[in-house]
Amino acid sequence: MLSALTQLLVFQLLGEVVARWLALPVPGPVLGMLFLFVALALRGGPGQELQATSQNLLQHLSLLFVPAGVGIMVHLHRVADEWLPLLLSLVISTAATLVVTALVMKLLMPAQTTPGEIP
Amino acid sequence: MTPPISEIWVYLSASPLLGLTLTLLAYQGAFWLYKRSGMNPLANPVLIAVVILVLLLTLTATSYETYFAGAQFVHFLLGPATVALAVPLYTQFRRVRSLLLPVLAGLVAGSLTAALSAIAVARLFGASLPTQLSLAPKSVTTPIAMGIAERIGGIPSLTAVLVIITGILGAVGARYIFDAMKLRDPAIRGFAIGVASHGIGTARAFQVSEQAGAFAALAMGLNGALTALLLPLVLGWLR
Repeated sequence: MLSALTQLLVFQLLGEVVARWLALPVPGPVLGMLFLFVALALRGGPGQELQATSQNLLQHLSLLFVPAGVGIMVHLHRVADEWLPLLLSLVISTAATLVVTALVMKLLMPAQTTPGEIP
Repeated sequence: MTPPISEIWVYLSASPLLGLTLTLLAYQGAFWLYKRSGMNPLANPVLIAVVILVLLLTLTATSYETYFAGAQFVHFLLGPATVALAVPLYTQFRRVRSLLLPVLAGLVAGSLTAALSAIAVARLFGASLPTQLSLAPKSVTTPIAMGIAERIGGIPSLTAVLVIITGILGAVGARYIFDAMKLRDPAIRGFAIGVASHGIGTARAFQVSEQAGAFAALAMGLNGALTALLLPLVLGWLR
């Protein structure tokens, strides 16, 4: 676990450095994901340890959003004045995005598709 | 002689231990409920844990700064977890490559819909211009979204709140929309969740299927980059 966590941190650091160095609009961790992906492709896959550690981490990905989510309490007053247009906009736009993305993909899907579990 | 309870509270409330422990406890409670409900999307664990913690902090008059001094250790793991998304992405890459056209077309269509429909609806219902612009990057992961908001004339801290609400809305609502559309392919479902509701949607997708999770992670990364590049240009043309 320790070596896998270290690898993840090294790639994150690499991402942060490159993102800042080239002033890219993408955050360091996202760039780090790209770098790790390239490394995996070159290496022919993750080792067992990296596989297990990332699976553990991602299984509880939602935990990691909780501290930022609680931060809503500080800025909630910003939402108060215009809550109705904000709420309508968020609900309608999120639904529209899901529908449009899925429809466009479905239209362009190659003939055979593999069904599986559903989120 | 034992010290009075208020003294213990004074000590604990100043130490990061409390914020960290409470975060883990609230999340485990929320996750237990989520599992008990058969992973019903309405019982979203982020939503439940956030509600529990906000109530707790409000009742004990604890500031967010004090809480975050402990919770930051959990928050920090978002970075390495984002990097770790490369692993499922690699595992599922064969399917991603075979779906290059639908993925790219879905990305562009979804990215534009997310930003433009948010602005249009807000304008229709009379929101102010800074509010409309704060809404535009709401489907993008928080650090990118705040950067975009700043660049196009929105309010970054408002955007941060809207991003999180959008994530929860997508994670809660996606199943019902896809079921109504009779869409079963986990690649499509995952990718659309990732475009519409970034990491919180991706977390939900991973809980149900690795393939959906991998496509959601891909969508989140691509949509972040595309929106950052495209949105300032598109808004420039519209003006």
